[in-house]
Amino acid sequence: MMKAGTTKNRDLQIFAGLMALALIAPLAIYPVFLMKVLCFALFALAFNLLIGYVGLLSFGHAMFFGGAAYISGHVVKVWGWSPEMGIIAGTACAALLGLAAGSLAIRRQGIYFAMVTLALAQMVFFFCLQAPFTKGEDGIQAIPRRPVLGLFDLSDDRAFYYLVLGIFAFGFLVIWRTIHSPFGQVLKAIRENEPRAISLGYRVDQYKLLAFVLSAALTGMAGATKALVFQLASLTDVAWQMSGEVVLMTLVGGMGTVFGPIIGAGVIITMQNYLAGFGEWVLVIQGAIFVVVVMAFRKGIVGEIQAWWQRRSRNQA
Amino acid sequence: MFELLGIAPQALFGQLLLGLINGAFYAMLSLGLAVIFGLLNVINFTHGAQYMMGAFVAWMLLEWVGVPYWGALVLVPIIVGAFGVLLEKVFLKRLYHLDHLYGLLLTFGLALMIEGVFRKQFGSSGLPYANPLPGGTRLDFMFLPNYRAWVVVASLVICFGTWFLIERTKLGSYLRAAVERPDLVQAFGINVPRMITLTYGFGVGLAALAGVLAAPIYSVNPLMGSNLIIIVFAVVVIGGMGSIMGAIVTGFGLGVIEGLTKVFYPEASNTVIFIIMAIVLMLKPAGLFGTPK
Repeated sequence: MMKAGTTKNRDLQIFAGLMALALIAPLAIYPVFLMKVLCFALFALAFNLLIGYVGLLSFGHAMFFGGAAYISGHVVKVWGWSPEMGIIAGTACAALLGLAAGSLAIRRQGIYFAMVTLALAQMVFFFCLQAPFTKGEDGIQAIPRRPVLGLFDLSDDRAFYYLVLGIFAFGFLVIWRTIHSPFGQVLKAIRENEPRAISLGYRVDQYKLLAFVLSAALTGMAGATKALVFQLASLTDVAWQMSGEVVLMTLVGGMGTVFGPIIGAGVIITMQNYLAGFGEWVLVIQGAIFVVVVMAFRKGIVGEIQAWWQRRSRNQA
Repeated sequence: MFELLGIAPQALFGQLLLGLINGAFYAMLSLGLAVIFGLLNVINFTHGAQYMMGAFVAWMLLEWVGVPYWGALVLVPIIVGAFGVLLEKVFLKRLYHLDHLYGLLLTFGLALMIEGVFRKQFGSSGLPYANPLPGGTRLDFMFLPNYRAWVVVASLVICFGTWFLIERTKLGSYLRAAVERPDLVQAFGINVPRMITLTYGFGVGLAALAGVLAAPIYSVNPLMGSNLIIIVFAVVVIGGMGSIMGAIVTGFGLGVIEGLTKVFYPEASNTVIFIIMAIVLMLKPAGLFGTPK
């Protein structure tokens, strides 16, 4: 095993390399596609904070993603707020919703936690279906792209891309800082052995709730940004399929790894892009990926690479 | 005609009957989930898809082979149950030693695949299934369609039959023993792995049977399962999966409450079960019939 310090430094070096690549990526790749990947990567990173570091499987994260998308869409389009205020409003509402949903869901463990979050998300879905401000089946369309901070024009996709990249980097660093803090160490202790963490005197429920709220808030940030990028907030964003999609991204990339969710989001979004013409088969293929990953490589892409790397360095030592 | 709180009795009893029927499906599905979870420790996310398959296989038997409803009632649970046995042998068996969440993820993936295939094949608008018991009885306070009365009676028989099988027969006692201590039961010479496989097949067959019962009421639709399974999960959280009778009572009870909500406050009828779930989690986190663990 490597020392924790070197792992931390290596992670940051990889992140710096990824950011450098991301800075020049719009020269080669369509910026709207890149923005979609970044939004979903942030979504998956926030989801991974729960499943990977606290061991809580939330099957209802669409409620934060889609809820924040509706809020930011509404305040920007109807109330005429600026984009940065729209994203802040979406994030704040997702955090509040996370506080409410989290305090209910952490009352049950394991498999029940997943079912409770799924059911609560379905409740939010029906609320969004019926509430007048979400415009039902149409969703909130044509959300304007106003200048950010009143200065920078966002109507150009490339300019917007760098804003989204900044938001993504902020979210990544918040999560990275969290998992390497003393708070994050307690979270991992809860994941490994909850009764022991309790017996050591930690108020496990408070730690879980705080992690849940943080995850919900960052998910909301991703959803709010996505709504402004695509100028659309719709029922797709709050539906249970969206909750399943983020589980799939994280699982494919590697649960509990730092970069897995980013890779997973990239893989799944790319796949959806190429398979868009196949209609219903996308669902079948996504299901098949679930089955293959669960049966054959549960560690995900990044997890398997890490395991391979560790085996190799152990053999050499 | 008398009126109750400004609601015509026709509407009230009509919705009550509808609620009772929805409740019958909640009860049958949560029963199967509970039986499977008890022995396999897997939350069967495919349950909704298997219910949908039950309705579709009944439709195919009728349209393609000419097997009538009453034949389908027997054949469909066997066919879909056999499919369940296959899934258990190929996939689920290899996951028992892992965290529960992998079972959930696997069955979620299988549910997506099954739903996707049926949507590809049959579209998502739904197919009609002829009512095998047309007509009805005119009671003083409402009109009672024969088929709906049959569904309520049949589901009660199925639920209590399952309860009797598990709680009052020798086979059921083996099953309950294997839930507690599979290793000991195995040591007494009972083939526990086969019992697990057959239990999964039984639970899946139960879902398929519910699907056949549902076919003439709701149209046969690839989406019928995923819409229902999330509500059934909430029902399971409310009732707790520890008790068979608890699953039955919670299922029927919530169906009736949902029906009443449709009469008195229709806006909340979609969400009332989730709201009840939230309240139960606040007051009795282990569920109404669950034991804290």
